[in-house]
Amino acid sequence: MKKKLYYILSALIVVSLALASCTPAATEAPPAATEAPATEAPATEAPATEAPAAADEVEVFSWWTGGGEAAGLEAMIKVFNGTDPNIEFINAAVAGGAGTNARAVLATRLQAGDPPDSWQGHAGQELIGTYVAAGQIEPLNGLYESEGWLDVMPETLIPLISQDGNIYSVPVNIHRANVLWYNPGLLEANGVAVPTTMDEWFAAMDTLKAAGVQPLALGEQWTKMHLFETVLLGTLGPDAYNGLWDGSTDWNSAEVKTALENYAKVLSYANSDSASLTWQDASQLVVNGEAAFNVMGDWAAGYFIELGKTANTDYGWAATPGANGVFQFLSDSFVLAVGAPHHDAALEWLKVAGSKEGQEAFNPVKGSICARTDCDKSLFGEYLQSAMDDWSSNTVVGSLTHGVVANDSWKTEIDTALGLFLASGDVDAFQSALVAACASSGPCK
Amino acid sequence: MTKDKDRVLNIILVSPSILAVLIFVYGFIAWSVRVSLSKWKGLNPDYTWNSINNYIDLFKDPRFAVDVKNTLIFTGVFVIGSLSLGFLLAVMLDQGLRGEGFFRSLFLFPMAISYIVTGVVWRWLMNPAMGSRMSGFNLLFTNLGLDSLVNAWHTTPQWGMAAIALAAIWQMSGYTMALYLAGLRAIPQELKEAARIDGASEAQIYRHIMIPLLAPVTLSALIILGHMSLKVFDLIVAIAGKQLQLDVPAIYMWQATFDGLFYGRGAAIGIILLLSVAILIIPYIRYTLKTEAQQ
Repeated sequence: MKKKLYYILSALIVVSLALASCTPAATEAPPAATEAPATEAPATEAPATEAPAAADEVEVFSWWTGGGEAAGLEAMIKVFNGTDPNIEFINAAVAGGAGTNARAVLATRLQAGDPPDSWQGHAGQELIGTYVAAGQIEPLNGLYESEGWLDVMPETLIPLISQDGNIYSVPVNIHRANVLWYNPGLLEANGVAVPTTMDEWFAAMDTLKAAGVQPLALGEQWTKMHLFETVLLGTLGPDAYNGLWDGSTDWNSAEVKTALENYAKVLSYANSDSASLTWQDASQLVVNGEAAFNVMGDWAAGYFIELGKTANTDYGWAATPGANGVFQFLSDSFVLAVGAPHHDAALEWLKVAGSKEGQEAFNPVKGSICARTDCDKSLFGEYLQSAMDDWSSNTVVGSLTHGVVANDSWKTEIDTALGLFLASGDVDAFQSALVAACASSGPCK
Repeated sequence: MTKDKDRVLNIILVSPSILAVLIFVYGFIAWSVRVSLSKWKGLNPDYTWNSINNYIDLFKDPRFAVDVKNTLIFTGVFVIGSLSLGFLLAVMLDQGLRGEGFFRSLFLFPMAISYIVTGVVWRWLMNPAMGSRMSGFNLLFTNLGLDSLVNAWHTTPQWGMAAIALAAIWQMSGYTMALYLAGLRAIPQELKEAARIDGASEAQIYRHIMIPLLAPVTLSALIILGHMSLKVFDLIVAIAGKQLQLDVPAIYMWQATFDGLFYGRGAAIGIILLLSVAILIIPYIRYTLKTEAQQ
C-alpha cells in the first residue's frame, strides 16, 4: 500500500516536471536587479524559430527583463506597433544582471550563424571591439543621415560610437557615470563645501573623518572600477583621459601614476566592508546619513526616488571632482546584424529606437535621459532635467566600466589588474599591469 | 542463439547513449583541448596554432596564482571540516539515541538546498559590516559578549576563502555523516564486543577498529568532497559576486571566456581543472573497479 503511494507520487513528480519543461518560455520575465551579479543559468529563449510570416517580423535581443528597463522597452514597442503595425515585434530578452547571461547566449547564437535582427549593447567599444571586429554588425551612417540624427545628438558623442568613420549603433538612452552623490546635511553640519577638485575632495574627507563621519561609501569590485574611471578623469582631464583609450596618452606616464596614487588615497577613505556591499547598499549609506559621499552612475537617482527620498534635502549631486563640465556617459544602444533575417524590418525598429517619440516613451520609465538633445524636459524628474542640461552643453567622454572606451578583452584585463591592486595596494605593479593590458588588448604598441 | 540475440539487442539499446557520451563528453573535451592550444580571442573562432603558450601564460599570471592559493585554502578547510564534522555526527547518531531518524534528516537536509540559496543565506550571516550596521554572526557574537570572535569573514585579506568554506561545510557535512553512518552500521557488532571483552576502552575501539575499517568510506568521501571543491563556483558567486580576492579557476574561466573573449585562455583553464579533477578521480575509479572485480 505504502509502496503504491510512493509510485504514484513519483510518477506525478515526473509528469509535472515533463509538463513544466514543455511549456513555452515565450515571455519569461524573472525580475533581474539592474547590476546584481548574474547567478542563474541562462534561460534560452523559445520563440524565433516558428511563426510562418517571415517578411513582417523583427527579432530584438536584449537583457531588459525586469523593472524600469522592461517597462521602458514595452513602452517603446508600443510606439513601434503604432508606426509599423504590419511588423510583428519579437522580444527575445534573456534575464540576468547587466547582461552577463544574455551576452553569452548571444555569442553562442552568433557563432552558430543564427543572429537576431537587432540586439542591445553598451554603445562604444564594447560593441565595436567585439562585434565589428568579428564582422557581425553593419554601419548605420545612412540611417543617421536620412533621420537627421547627427543634428540632434552631441557632436562629441559620435566619435565614441564610431570606428573609422562608421557609426555602428543607435543609442536610445544616456546615463551619466561621473556623479558625486552627497548627503547635504552631513556636509553642512561639518562645514564642508561640495568639492570641485581632487584636492578639495581630499580636504573635505579629512575634515569628515576627523569628525567621525564615514567620508566615502563604496561597494563591490565593479563599483571600485567605476570610481577608478572617475578618478582617472578627474586627475587627467578629458583630453588626456580620452588619449588613454586611443593610445595618445602613455599609461606609463607620471600623470597616470599621480592618478593611481590619487585612487589609492580615495580608497583609504572608504568603508571597510565595501566588498560585501552592492551598489544599492553603498548608495543607500549616503541618503541614510551614514556616509557623506558616494560615486555612482545616475541610475542611483531612480533608486533614491524608489526609497522615497527627496532631491536636494536627502541627497545632492555634482560632477565628480576635477570633472566639472565633463559628462562621462554610457548608453544602451541597438545594432543591425550583418545578414539580419529581416533587414528592412530591423531598420524600421532602429528608426523608432532613435526617434524622439521612441526615446520619450522609453527614458522617463527607465530613469535615464534621451540620447537626443531635443526631448521634452517636462517628462523628466528633477535630477534628470539637470542631466539633460549637462548632456547638451558639456564635453562628452566615455565610461570604462560600462563599455564605451575599451573593448571587452581590455576591460577584463584592467579589471584583473584592479582586483590584484585592491589586494596588494602596490601602485607600481598596478601601473605596469595597466601598461601591459593596453599593449595586449588595446591600441598601445 | 538467444544469448547472441540478447547481445545484439543490448548493444543496439546502449549505443545511442554511448554515441551521445562520445560526442558530447569526449568530443567536446578534445575540442576544448584544441581551443586551448589556439590563439582564439574575440568572437570569431581562430584555430591558429599557439602550442602550449596559453598554459605557460597562465602559470605566469598573478591572477591564476591567487586562484590556486584560494582553491588550496578552500579545499583544505572544506574537506577536513566536512570529514571531521561528518564523522562526529555519525558517531553520535550511532549511539542508538531516540529520534535518530529525525536528526539524520535534519543533518542531511542542507544538502538538498542549492549552493545559490546557501550562498545568499550565508552572505547575510557573514555580513562584515561593523558599528551600527553590524548584523548576522557578528551581531550575535557582540550580543553574547564574545566580541573577540567578531571578524571580517570572507572579506578578510588572504584567508577570506576559509569563510566561504564554512558555508560549504554546513552544506556537505550531513552528507559525509550519511556516508560514515552507513560505514559504521556495516561494521559487525562482534568485533566491538570482542574488543570490549579484551579490555579495550571506547577510545581504543574507535582508534584501532572503527577508523581503520572506515578507511574506504573516508577515501570515497575525500574524493567526492575534493572534486567538488575544485569545481566550486556558484557558492562563491552567490556570497561575494565576482571579486578577485575570492577568485577561483572556475570564475576566472567564466570571466576570461565570456567577459573578456579570451577563448584560448578560458579553454586552457578548463583543461587544467579537468586534469586536476582527473588526477583525483582516476586512481579511485581504478581502485573501485579492481575491488569489484575481485569480489
